[in-house]
Amino acid sequence: MTSELATTSLDLGLSSRPLSRTTIPAIAILSLVLAQIVTRVFSGGGSVVATLVIAGPTNLAITYVVSRRREGSRRAIDRMVTAVVYSLMTLALAPLVSVVWTTVDRGLARFDGELFTSTMRSVVGDGGGVKHAIIGTVIITGLAAAMAVPIGLFTGIYLVEYGKKSRLARLVVSMVDVMTGIPSIVAGLFAYALFSQFQGPGARSGFAGSVALAVLMTPIVVRSTQEMLRLVPNELREASYALGVSKWRTIVKVVLPTAVSGLLTGVSLAIARVIGETAPLLIAAGLAQDTNTNPFSGRMTSLPVMSYYGYAAPGFPPEAGYDRGWSAALLLIIIVLVIFSVSRILGRVLRPKGLR
Amino acid sequence: MTSLVSSKPKGQFGDRIFRRVSTGVSLLVLVVLAAVAIFLISRALPALTADQAEIGVGGDDGEGEGFLSYVLPLLFGTVWASVLALLIAVPIAVGIALFITQYAHRKISSLLGYAVDLLAAIPSVVYGLWGIFVLAPFLSKNLFPWLSDNLGFLPFFSGTTSTSGRTMMTAAVVLSVMILPVVSAISREVFAQTPGLHKEAALALGATRWEMIKMAVLPYGRSGVIAASMLGLGRALGETMAVALILSPADVISFKLLTNQNPNTIASNIALQFPESSGLEVNTLIATGLVLFAATFVVNALARRIAGGEVND
Repeated sequence: MTSELATTSLDLGLSSRPLSRTTIPAIAILSLVLAQIVTRVFSGGGSVVATLVIAGPTNLAITYVVSRRREGSRRAIDRMVTAVVYSLMTLALAPLVSVVWTTVDRGLARFDGELFTSTMRSVVGDGGGVKHAIIGTVIITGLAAAMAVPIGLFTGIYLVEYGKKSRLARLVVSMVDVMTGIPSIVAGLFAYALFSQFQGPGARSGFAGSVALAVLMTPIVVRSTQEMLRLVPNELREASYALGVSKWRTIVKVVLPTAVSGLLTGVSLAIARVIGETAPLLIAAGLAQDTNTNPFSGRMTSLPVMSYYGYAAPGFPPEAGYDRGWSAALLLIIIVLVIFSVSRILGRVLRPKGLR
Repeated sequence: MTSLVSSKPKGQFGDRIFRRVSTGVSLLVLVVLAAVAIFLISRALPALTADQAEIGVGGDDGEGEGFLSYVLPLLFGTVWASVLALLIAVPIAVGIALFITQYAHRKISSLLGYAVDLLAAIPSVVYGLWGIFVLAPFLSKNLFPWLSDNLGFLPFFSGTTSTSGRTMMTAAVVLSVMILPVVSAISREVFAQTPGLHKEAALALGATRWEMIKMAVLPYGRSGVIAASMLGLGRALGETMAVALILSPADVISFKLLTNQNPNTIASNIALQFPESSGLEVNTLIATGLVLFAATFVVNALARRIAGGEVND
C-alpha cells in the first residue's frame, strides 16, 4: 500500500528521499573524470575543450537519471537546469578572471620607475615609458569631462526640473538616445571632420580627441543625471517651495545635494567609460613619441592608443613593445578602479546628513 | 496668498537665468548632434559623388571598385561578427542573470553583480590584447582543431584552419565577452523586477524553482531580454579595437569561422586604414562610418521600441 502511494504521488516532487547535498558535486566530479578518461582513450590526452564538451552533457545526463529515480522527473529537470545555470556562471567568469590575471601578470613585467618617468622619444627597443601617454590621457579626458559634465548636468536638470514632458524635452530625450548609440569610432571621425575643416587635412590634436570623447560622454552624464534627479522625492521640493524658496535655489540647495552621491557615481562611470576609448583618439589625437602639453596643436598620445601601438607597432625586439602595451593597459585598469573608489568615498562624504 | 503663486518662477532674476541656461544647454545637445550629422555627411558626400572608379582604400587591390562594393563586405563582416557574438553572449547572459537573481545568496549575488559591472569598465583595447595574446592561441590549440575534425562537414567550420587563431570565431568570442556585462546587467534588472506575488504563487502551487522561473520570471522578462540583446548588438556593431587587433582581414564575404580569410568590420577597417589615408580615401572611410552609424541607429531604435522606452544602456 505504501509503495503504491509513493509511485502514485503524482510526481509532486514531495518524495521523502531527496538527494543528499553531496550527491550533485559528486556527480560533477565523476563526469569530469569520465570525460578525461574518454578523451585520453580516444584521442590520446585530448584538449581541455573536448573534455569540457563531453563532461557537461555527461553531468546533465547522470544528474537527470539519478534525480529522476529518487525524486521524480520534475525535480530532475529542475536539477538539470540548476546545473546549466551554474555552469553558465562559471563559463562567464572564466574569461573575466583570465583578462584581469593576464593584464596584471604581463603588465607588472614593466612596472618600474623608468616606465613612469620616461617617454618614447628615440626609443626603439627596450626601455622607454608611458609618461607622455599618462599626461596625454589626463589632458584629453580632463578637457572632455570639462565639456561633457556641465552640458550633461544642465541637460539632465532641464529634462527633470523644467522640461518634464514638453515637446522640446521629448525631442532632447530622443536625441540623447541617438547620441548614446554613436559608435566611438564615428565620434572620432566627427572630431577629425570638424577640426580638419579649420586646420586642413592631417589635423590631429589632443583637443580634437577631447571633443570626440565629450560626444561619447555627454549622453551618459545626461542619462545618469536624469535618473538620479528623478529619485529625489517630490516632498523635498514641495517642502522647499512651501518655505518660499525659489525654484533655482531649491534645485541648487535641495535637489542636487540630495542626489550628489548618485551624480558623482554617474560622472565617474562616464569618465571610466571614455578614459579607455582607443578608436576615437587613434583617429582624432594620433600618436606622438614625446610629451605634448598643448592640446591645441600637435598629436597627443594617450594610454589606450599607446597600448594599441604596443602591439600594432612594437618595434624591435617586439617583446619590449608588448610589455609597454600591457603596462599601459594595467595602468588604465588601475586608474579606472581608483576613479570608481574615489567617487564612492566622495559620494558617501558629501551625502546630506539625514541620508548617510 | 501671494506665496502660493510664487512657485511660478515669474519675476525672479536667478530663476530666469537658471531656467534659460539649462534650456540653452539642452538645445546645445541638439546642435552638437546636428553638427555630427552635418560634418559626417558633408565629408562622406565626395566619396558618393566622385568617379566610382577612384573609390577604394589601401593600395592596389582596393582601388576602382566603387563605394557600394567597397562597403558591402565590410557591412557583412560587421553584422556577421556581431550576430555571432550575440548568439554566444545572450544564453550566457541570461544564465548569469538567472543565477544572480534567482539562485545565488544575496551577498554572493551583489558581489557577482559588481564583478560583472566592473567588466564593462575594462577598456576595449585590453580585451583586444587579451584576445590576441591569450584567447587566440588557446582556441587555435584547443577548440579549432576539434571543431574542424568533428564538425568540419558544416560549412562554418570548413576550410583550412588558421594556426594563428586570428579568426572570425576568436573575434566573435571576444566581442561576446565584451557585450556580456551590458546584456546581463539589463536582463538582471528585469528579472529582479518580477512581481514577488507571481513567484510565490508558483512556488505555493508546488512548482520547482525551474518551473517558477519558466512560469513567472521568463515571461515577465522576455521583452527586457530582447531589448538587452539589441543594445548588446548595437554595442558589438560599433566595437573597434578588439576586432582590429584580432582579425586578419581580407576583402571577402565568407561564413567560414576558422580560416585566415575573414571579412573585416567597418569600425576595425577605419581604425586600421585611417592613420595612413589621405584625400578621397578619408572621405570613403567617413562614408563607411556613416553606414555604421545608420546600422547602429536602426538597431538601437528597435531595441527602444521593443522595450517601450523603459530600458537604458
